[in-house]
Amino acid sequence: MLTKRIIPCLDIKDGRTVKGVKFVGLRDAGDPVELAQRYTEEGADELVFLDITATKEKRRTLVHLVEEIAAHINIPFTVGGGIKSVDEIEEILKAGADKVSLNSAIVRDPELISRASDAFGSQAVVAAVDAKRVGDHWEVFVKGGSEATGLDALDWIKKTEHLGSGEILLTSMDRDGTKSGFDNELLKIVNETVTIPVIASGGAGTIQHCVDAVNIGNADAVLAASIFHFREIEISDLKKKMAESGIDVRLLTT
Amino acid sequence: MIGIIKYQAGNLASVANALNRLNADYFVSDDPDTLNNADGIIFPGVGHAGAAMDDLRSRDLDVWLKNTKKPVLGICLGMQLLYESSEEGNSDTLGIIPGKLKKFDATKAKVPHMGWNRFEPKVDHPLIHGIDNKQFLYYVHGYYAPANEFTLATCKYIKDFCAVVAKDNFMGVQFHPEKSGAVGSLLLQNFLDIVKQASNKKSA
Repeated sequence: MLTKRIIPCLDIKDGRTVKGVKFVGLRDAGDPVELAQRYTEEGADELVFLDITATKEKRRTLVHLVEEIAAHINIPFTVGGGIKSVDEIEEILKAGADKVSLNSAIVRDPELISRASDAFGSQAVVAAVDAKRVGDHWEVFVKGGSEATGLDALDWIKKTEHLGSGEILLTSMDRDGTKSGFDNELLKIVNETVTIPVIASGGAGTIQHCVDAVNIGNADAVLAASIFHFREIEISDLKKKMAESGIDVRLLTT
Repeated sequence: MIGIIKYQAGNLASVANALNRLNADYFVSDDPDTLNNADGIIFPGVGHAGAAMDDLRSRDLDVWLKNTKKPVLGICLGMQLLYESSEEGNSDTLGIIPGKLKKFDATKAKVPHMGWNRFEPKVDHPLIHGIDNKQFLYYVHGYYAPANEFTLATCKYIKDFCAVVAKDNFMGVQFHPEKSGAVGSLLLQNFLDIVKQASNKKSA
């Protein structure tokens, strides 16, 4: 049986892990490689690194960091944050990342998904979608949730699948940073719409929230950041409790 | 000494990193003459079967692979290419192991099969020593090899398919041992041991 995945997310700025609520009030949360190793040992199934550095030195620092992570980590990891072209994707994948997550760039240039999946396979292309409820539907936002695009989230997600993305990283902007639980209604509808895996993001605060994202929202994977960084929830505890709720998870046997 | 086959479809950095962590000697090459210096071959691969075969043919690596007597480990697409053909782009592949790759039925479950899953050992083989049906390995693939008489272990997703295969000196794994934590490292170490034994036998 394929297991549900637990994915810690690390926000990276200038080569360090940072954590704030909605990118405001950033706190230093440590060395990304050390943190990634800790998560791996605790049973994380994958890792996501999102680079929020704004300087022009960004790319070089990021590629170097990806090489460091790849040398030390023996589980899959995804890298995202401002990636705009096939050349940039190639650089990140060659440095050792397994997947790239694309967000604003594919809203501006949807064909980037096809170019990337033709070149590297759809398994390497994650479409990151930030969705916010507007009236009776969900709309796609970009730039960390600050800019509306006018795109209907379900239509957009279907389109990214059609263009060749291999996975959806679905963040609820309404729930992100609130620790009030995932938007299970959104997750459920998206999971009925696509046939590729969906990662639930935005709102994790308790173990029950993660259980609900899988059992109610039908998520294939659950992503969270702050609850893991500051050890509010231990990954091993989370997986044990999920298993007790009848969810198939990878428990370390050694 | 391990030779990693370098071609367009390789996830070379991940395999090289995993061998570094095991302190194994290796080199990366797309040249048959250079690969002849290796004791064992790792044949990685991600991406599209048709494109990968075109790339192998353009470097005569297809002919070299079919004829080598060295232990070969195909990983993911590298394993799939050992079979006869694939529904992916209706491609003819290396034809070392009988069978045709099929696409998972996306009306039954999410495709690709992506994440951690267990396998069920069917045949005892040094490649899977120490790994049983309780441990997890990381898979990501949209096509699968149906189980046949060369299957060492099967995995269940939508249906039972081949997770580990071996025929003569050719071995293949559908999952990514280089991305499968400690269990994956154990499998790679098993392959390194097989290579060492084969090369000792040859020089003895």
